[in-house]
Amino acid sequence: MTRTKEWLYGWLLLLPAMALLVLFTHYPAVANLWHSFYSTPRGSRQAVFVGVDHYRQLADDPIFWQALSNNLWYALGTIPLSIALALMMAAWVNGRIAGRSVLRLAYFTPTILPMIAVANIWLFFYTPEYGLLEQFLRLFGVPTHNWLGSQSTALPAMMVVAVWKEAGFFMIFYLAAFQSMSPHLAEAAAIEGASRWYFFRRVTFPLLMPTTLFVLVNAVINAFRLVDHVVVMTRGGPDNATALLLYYIYEIGFRFWDSAYAAALTMVLLVLLGAAALAQFLFLERRTHYQ
Amino acid sequence: MRLRTFQRLIVSVAAALASVIALAQAPVEVSFFYPVAVGGPITKIVDGLAADFEKENPGIKLRPIYSGSYQESIAKALTAVKSGEPPVTSILLSTDMFTLIDEDAIVPFDDLVKTPEDTAWLKSFYPGFMENSQTGGKTWGIPFQRSTVVLYYNKEAFKEAGLDPNKPPANWKEMVDYAQKLTKRDASGRVTQWGVQIPSSGFPYWLFQGLAIENGVNLMNAAGTETYYDKPEVIEALQYWVDLVKKYKVHPEGIVEWGTTPKDFFERKVAMVWTTTGNLTNVRSNAKFDFGVAMLPANKQRGSPTGGGNFYLFKKSTPTQREAAFKFIKWVTTPQRAAQWGIDTGYVAVRADAWETPAMKQYVAGFAPAAVARDQLPYAKAELSTHDNQRVTKALNDGLQAALTGTKTPEQALKDAQRESERILRAYK
Repeated sequence: MTRTKEWLYGWLLLLPAMALLVLFTHYPAVANLWHSFYSTPRGSRQAVFVGVDHYRQLADDPIFWQALSNNLWYALGTIPLSIALALMMAAWVNGRIAGRSVLRLAYFTPTILPMIAVANIWLFFYTPEYGLLEQFLRLFGVPTHNWLGSQSTALPAMMVVAVWKEAGFFMIFYLAAFQSMSPHLAEAAAIEGASRWYFFRRVTFPLLMPTTLFVLVNAVINAFRLVDHVVVMTRGGPDNATALLLYYIYEIGFRFWDSAYAAALTMVLLVLLGAAALAQFLFLERRTHYQ
Repeated sequence: MRLRTFQRLIVSVAAALASVIALAQAPVEVSFFYPVAVGGPITKIVDGLAADFEKENPGIKLRPIYSGSYQESIAKALTAVKSGEPPVTSILLSTDMFTLIDEDAIVPFDDLVKTPEDTAWLKSFYPGFMENSQTGGKTWGIPFQRSTVVLYYNKEAFKEAGLDPNKPPANWKEMVDYAQKLTKRDASGRVTQWGVQIPSSGFPYWLFQGLAIENGVNLMNAAGTETYYDKPEVIEALQYWVDLVKKYKVHPEGIVEWGTTPKDFFERKVAMVWTTTGNLTNVRSNAKFDFGVAMLPANKQRGSPTGGGNFYLFKKSTPTQREAAFKFIKWVTTPQRAAQWGIDTGYVAVRADAWETPAMKQYVAGFAPAAVARDQLPYAKAELSTHDNQRVTKALNDGLQAALTGTKTPEQALKDAQRESERILRAYK
């Protein structure tokens, strides 16, 4: 009797969280998989079962492959850079320097600003001829360049925006981690005569691993999730040079109204993110030291 | 006692009657989505129109709902169709017609046009605007906030370059010649003022369509089942655009952003720009120099695509609601109101007689550029619109951007775009 009660009690406690999770995470994922095997219903034409047709179409879709590779480059370009920057900024504003709260605020500001507004500002930074970047580069005699309007620089230009946006956010986590670190460690190391670099490499960094893991997971998710600035700044152009996977899904789903094909693309994104998260937890977890 | 019962009976009968009357007079609710795509206090103007209409038609309750950009509006409207409660009427892009038909979301206006006045009203719109509103012999959209592409030029820059500020380029050759004279370089060879620019971000197809029409062909058939991206005239048109950049070097390199084009013009970074008539009010209030507005230059003929939004009627509505919405659409497109809407927003008044109203005549007398769009309308052709419109258009957009950034030749880019569009349109033949 008490066992049943306890059992019931446990499930009741779980219920609110589970209901939300099932309703907004698990059910949509399964429904999405289901829809990806059917054609898109249009007007009077009902959806019919098409099996893996959409996945076959996907394999032949050059824009999908370009969006995927763009996204991988984007992840590769933004994640390590924003994490490294975050770490450096945190280390700096953690020290005793004048006006450090102002500095912290300055670093964190990009995170607070709404992405759409930010993207519009960056759009003018990158404007050829009279944009801020152009005006600055002109001082050094660099010839004018259309940053968002040429295929070679559009994606890197978008990456810069992402790094600028993300680094401050991650800095907050590193700052919290730094502040929870016991000062005795540094004192002990100083007595032992360890260099600052040695101390960072062998003590600080390993102790930061849980934070790094958390930040890394978030960074990977963000790299595949951040598309607001694509919508504002380039709409995936020129000729799909800045099309990221999620933006392409949006385009297929809400501009072309091909919801079934969008469902198939979403499955790819889901699997990709799932695999990335799993890999991070399996491999990095072992090397992570929780205090 | 009996009297009491009788009284009670009377009262209840009266109450029942009253509620029956109230039911009969319950106002018809007409919800309507509208997007805002140009600057200015549009929402206020629309709310004002709705209030005036309700005052004149007490039986109708109009609910205008601001639905974001055009893109967001169609997304909202179609999602509402799928979830079962669409608006009764909505202003959406005229090019969304085939998409809305294919989704079985809208009904044609023909069944509502009964009286001779209605027929005359339907015929009063500029034919150029109706091309994107009719297909298969039926009228699916009523032009409301419509625009076209025009050329804006800096008269001061014209004078500095020794050109006649009252003679904008009339044809392609003149545009190149003028642009060469207007392009200024500093000592190091850096361009300080470009001759001309045609924006190519987002929806380059729309501006490119101007070039193609001027070269003698439009990009699709009226049924929306075929595109002509790789016709020689179209390839020639793209070659001209690419030549402005690469050969004559009078047009900025790479993709030119649509959103910053008006600012490029105010900042005197470019002497001539192609953009929508919808920017007229914006340019008028921000350009600190004397500017002119002109029809697009001709090659084989003059030409420009139309653009902008139409009224649509949604299928999931009651006949009374449709009648009410129809009444509103007729009311809001009378010559006086069409004229006032054009003056307030910068859109082109959609019917010829609107330009004959006193208010419009006075406006044009004080601000001549406003009439350029009207004068160009006889040469205007339908905006690119087909079945599965956005996808077919994207194929062209990608091709145009590839050619402009130099990764493909115009011929290759347009052949690829045509192949892709044929693949998509196969299902609709």
